[in-house]
Amino acid sequence: MAALLEVKNLGISFGGLRAVDDFEVSIKKGQLYGLIGPNGAGKTTVFNLLTGVYKPSEGVITLDGTNITGLKTIEINRTGIARTFQNIRLFKELSVIDNVKAGLHNHYSYSTIEGILRMPNYFKMEKAMTERAMELLHVFELDNEADYLAANLPYGKQRKLEIARALATEPKLLLLDEPAAGMNPNETMELMDTIRFVRDNFDMTILLIEHDMKLVSGICEELTVLNFGRILAQGSTSAVLNDPQVITAYLGE
Amino acid sequence: MKKLKISKTLKDNILTYGIVILAYLIMQILIGTGNVSSLMQGLLVPLCVYVILAVSLNLTVGILGELSLGHAGFMCVGAFTGAFFSKCMQDVISISLLRFILAIVIGAVAAGIIGFLIGMPVLRLRGDYLAIVTLAFGEIIKNIINVLYIGKDSRGFHFSLKDSLSLGLEEGGTVIINGAQGITGTPKDATFTMGILLIILTLIIVLNLIHSRDGRAIMSIRDNLIAAESVGINITKYKLMAFSISAALAGVAGVLYAHNLSSLMATPKNFGYNMSIMILVFVVLGGIGNIRGSIISAVILTLLPELLRGLSNYRMLIYSIILIAMMLFNWSPKFIHLREKYSLKRLFRKNREVQ
Repeated sequence: MAALLEVKNLGISFGGLRAVDDFEVSIKKGQLYGLIGPNGAGKTTVFNLLTGVYKPSEGVITLDGTNITGLKTIEINRTGIARTFQNIRLFKELSVIDNVKAGLHNHYSYSTIEGILRMPNYFKMEKAMTERAMELLHVFELDNEADYLAANLPYGKQRKLEIARALATEPKLLLLDEPAAGMNPNETMELMDTIRFVRDNFDMTILLIEHDMKLVSGICEELTVLNFGRILAQGSTSAVLNDPQVITAYLGE
Repeated sequence: MKKLKISKTLKDNILTYGIVILAYLIMQILIGTGNVSSLMQGLLVPLCVYVILAVSLNLTVGILGELSLGHAGFMCVGAFTGAFFSKCMQDVISISLLRFILAIVIGAVAAGIIGFLIGMPVLRLRGDYLAIVTLAFGEIIKNIINVLYIGKDSRGFHFSLKDSLSLGLEEGGTVIINGAQGITGTPKDATFTMGILLIILTLIIVLNLIHSRDGRAIMSIRDNLIAAESVGINITKYKLMAFSISAALAGVAGVLYAHNLSSLMATPKNFGYNMSIMILVFVVLGGIGNIRGSIISAVILTLLPELLRGLSNYRMLIYSIILIAMMLFNWSPKFIHLREKYSLKRLFRKNREVQ
C-alpha cells in the first residue's frame, strides 16, 4: 500500500544553522508513528515544515499523492494535515464548543450576509455544527464543559480540546506535538487510550512527538529518532529503542 | 447545556437592544412633556453618532483585537461622501427620508471601500505599529479633504486640490466642497429617531456577525493567530472583513453627523486624532469586546462634559477624575471583587437562601 505521508530529503537552514537535514519518512495509513530525540533536535521544526509554517529549503512532502511542499498553512490544512502545539494554543476567550466550531469552519459554510440577516441556512448550518462539535467533545469527555471558556479548563482537558479542534478539520494526518507534556502518569495513561481510540474510530494516521518513553513504547508502531537535525535511527519501535546509538544519544545507559 | 448557552447570548442581546429602545422611549416622553432643554435636544443626534462609532470601533479593537487609531478618518469619509450626495441631490430627490437613506448607504460603502484599501497593506502590521499607521491614515484622510475642492456647473463636476478658482467653473456653477470651508448647506435630515434606528442597525450587524461563523473566525484570529491558521482559517480575509465592516459603520456615523450640521468642515476637533482617541476611550472604558459597555460609556462620557458645564473651569478636571474613577471601578481587580461581593444578584440570592 502506498504511504499516506511521504517525505523525501527535507531540509531547512536558518542562517548558518542547519536545523533539519535530509529528513525522510514514510508513514502508512492508519499508522501511529513517533518522532523522538533530545531537546533542540529539530522535531518541532519538522512539524512546522510539514504544516507550512516554515518553507523547506529543499525536499518534497507528499500527502496522499498530492505534493504539498511549500504550500501555505491553510492550504495544507485543507489538504488534510491538522496539528496540536507543544505550548497549547487554544482560542482562550472562546467557549470550548466554539473552539471546536472554529475547527469546523471550512466544512460547514454559509455566507456573511446569511449570518448577519439570520437566514434559514444560518440556523441549519449552526445546528449541524453544534451537533458535530458536541459529538467530538463527547469523545473527549468534554461535553459537560462545552460552555466554559477554554482558558478555564484544567491543563489536561486543554490538551484534549486541542486534539478535538484539530480533528474537527477532518484531517487525514494528525500531528501531535508532545501531547503528554505536563501530564501526570494517570493522565498519560488516559491520553494513550484516547490516542488509540482516535486512531481506530476516526480512521486516523497519527504522527507524534513525545519525550515520555512509556507513551512512545506503549502506542507507537514505528519511530524516527532525530539528533542535531539528522536522522539517527528509524524503524520499528522495539528495534529503535534497543539501538545502541539511540541509547547513547538520547535514552542514556 | 447547549440550549442554555444559546438562550444566554440571546438574553444578552435582548438586554442590549432593550436598553437602546428604553432610552429612546424615555427621551421621547421627556421631550413630549417638555422636560428636555434645547441644549440637551441638540446633543441627542451626536450621542447616536458616538454610540455607533464606539460600537463599530469595538469590532476592530475588541473582536478583531487590533488597535486602530484612525476611526475618525473613516467617519470623515462617510460624512463628506454622504453630505456631498445630499447636497447634489437636494433638488432631485425631494423626499428627505429617501435621500437620507441613500446618503447613508453611499457613505457606508465609501468608508467601507477606503477601509478595505487601507486595511490591505496596513493589516499586515500588528499592535503598536498598526496603531501608528492607522493614526497616520486618519490624518491623511482629514488633510486631503481639507484641500479638496469640488464644484458643479452645466458641464459636470470639477475637481481641484488647489483652490476654488482653479475649478474654472462657468457662470452659475456652484462650489460644493470648498476646501477647508467644507460643505455648507447640507440638508438637516438627521433626527433622533433616525439615529436610534441606525444604532439598532449597527447593533444587529455587529452582534449577529460576532455570533456567527465569521465572527468565530475573527475572534479565533484575535486569540491565537497561528492556531487559527492551523485549522484553516483565512487570516487576511477575516481581518479585512472585520476592518472594512468597522470602517463602513463609522461611515454611517459620519453621514448622521454631517446631516446634523448646516456646515461640515474637517477640523482637527471633529475628525482629527483627538476624536479617534476619544472613541477609543469609549471602547476601553466600556470594556474591550463588550458591545453593551461601549454604548453605555459613549453616552455617559458624551453627556458628562455638558452636565458639568456649570462648574466652568473645573469641568475638565472633574471629567478626568471621573474617567479615572470609572476605569478603576470597572477594571481594578479589587473593585471587581468588591462588586461581586455586594452585587444585587448576590444579595438577592442570599436572601432567598436565608428564607
